[in-house]
Amino acid sequence: MAKSLFEEKLNSGKFIVTAEVGPQKGVDCSEMIHHIKLLKDKVDALNVTDHQSSVMRFPSLGGCLLVKELGGEPILQVTCRDRNRLALEADLLLAYSRGICNVLCLTGDSVDVGDHKEAKPVFDLDSVQLLRMIRTLESGKDMGGNDLKGAPQFCIGASVHPAADRIEPQLVKFEKKVAAGAQFFQTQGIYELDSLRRFMQYASQFDVKILAGIIVMASARMAQYMNENVPGVIVPQSVIDELASAEKGKGLQKGIEIAVRTIKAIKEQNLCHGVHIMAVGRESVVPEIIEAAGL
Amino acid sequence: MIKAQQKPIAEIKALIAPYHRILILGCGTCVTISFAGGEKEVGLLASSLRIASAMEGQDKIFAEATVQRQCEWEFIDAVAEQIQQADAVLSLACGIGVQALAERYPDKVVLPGVNTTFLGMAVEHGVLVERCRACGDCILGLTGGVCPIARCAKNLLNGPCGGSQNGKCEVNPELDCAWQLIYDRLARLGQLDRLAALMPYKDWSKDYDGGPRKIVREDLRL
Repeated sequence: MAKSLFEEKLNSGKFIVTAEVGPQKGVDCSEMIHHIKLLKDKVDALNVTDHQSSVMRFPSLGGCLLVKELGGEPILQVTCRDRNRLALEADLLLAYSRGICNVLCLTGDSVDVGDHKEAKPVFDLDSVQLLRMIRTLESGKDMGGNDLKGAPQFCIGASVHPAADRIEPQLVKFEKKVAAGAQFFQTQGIYELDSLRRFMQYASQFDVKILAGIIVMASARMAQYMNENVPGVIVPQSVIDELASAEKGKGLQKGIEIAVRTIKAIKEQNLCHGVHIMAVGRESVVPEIIEAAGL
Repeated sequence: MIKAQQKPIAEIKALIAPYHRILILGCGTCVTISFAGGEKEVGLLASSLRIASAMEGQDKIFAEATVQRQCEWEFIDAVAEQIQQADAVLSLACGIGVQALAERYPDKVVLPGVNTTFLGMAVEHGVLVERCRACGDCILGLTGGVCPIARCAKNLLNGPCGGSQNGKCEVNPELDCAWQLIYDRLARLGQLDRLAALMPYKDWSKDYDGGPRKIVREDLRL
């Protein structure tokens, strides 16, 4: 039996579409609720980010509870940055008990890039070990080897960076993530298909589903900012130039156009198993992208 | 070796403000090598503080001394008399030296004049870098002689994070990504197969997180 609705869809062979919502800083969840309602029936699952870019926000677990309450299928993003193994295990037990059964295991950005630069980073585990730990919980034991009263079952995923300029060490880690139990991968932003194609030629030997990350750019400035400030983001100059060519005030429209074109090409060429759309604060345009891409 | 940096002069002045007779005590070992607290730095700091004291109309008295190692009783006892005569000792040794003084002279005020920074080495003159975190469970044999605990900002054990770009760290583009270094070194040694195994969970109880550590060598005890 599938561990979650999302796992069922992953295994169904259909082209998967996921998106994400970023919780707000504060307790007013109205915008996030609006985004969840807007997206929950248009995607196969909805990620909730975990203090993205190390900026303190409402927690991903809280966002996933809202997704669940509103009838969506959540993917809990969990980073190793802020919680030691006790806290990670406990959060996962809570998540499962409330029907949150998909987890994306991430290292987490460094605290130095965020808004609490003086915080003590944790990194008790790394993302590979987090995946492995979840499989241990599923076996009915915690990391201390103690019996659990009721074991959770999760569909687990991780991230991979097919366009990394030094790809070899990234692939070493990718294989470790597969060995540790990852079932699906969300890639870092994909802008040109060559690196994705190369990566898929290599990755197809593993029994995992790859979802290409699509970051929706709103302007050339945003792309440049992300290149300079967001770890793991590499927007090629050709994409920046294309964004810059947009008429004043039409940057987002151009960004949507690029996203739609990329998704269509990925789907038509059957390059990977689906897409993960990251709208970074502009979640309201995601339905338009999904529709225009014919998903 | 232990690397340290002298505290800002304003902070040192604030620390010594309540005291009249101050002994500035250097250390001839690690902090001398890192140009933070040896005989030369003791002299320079004493001159600065004397000038500052005079300009501010104070009549503080600064004595100077440097011992070979502040982290050993025998060496600090060599300046016992100067320590006794001072109202406060401003130590330019690492935190170990400061605490050795405090323990040996329980009635004496001991103040730190440097920030103890890391365990490392000079890669070029004037450039000191961290190399060891003293985590208590060395894995350099598995990582090609490059430490991911000390040199990866996230102390990752199974490979680089997605923020590694051009072989550099996401925290600071001037910093080498430890996992790129590990990969390159193992490739050079023809040992890339060593990277395949999942690295076991780190036992942080052997690090400082297990509380202050202690080594007892029964074979050496008198």
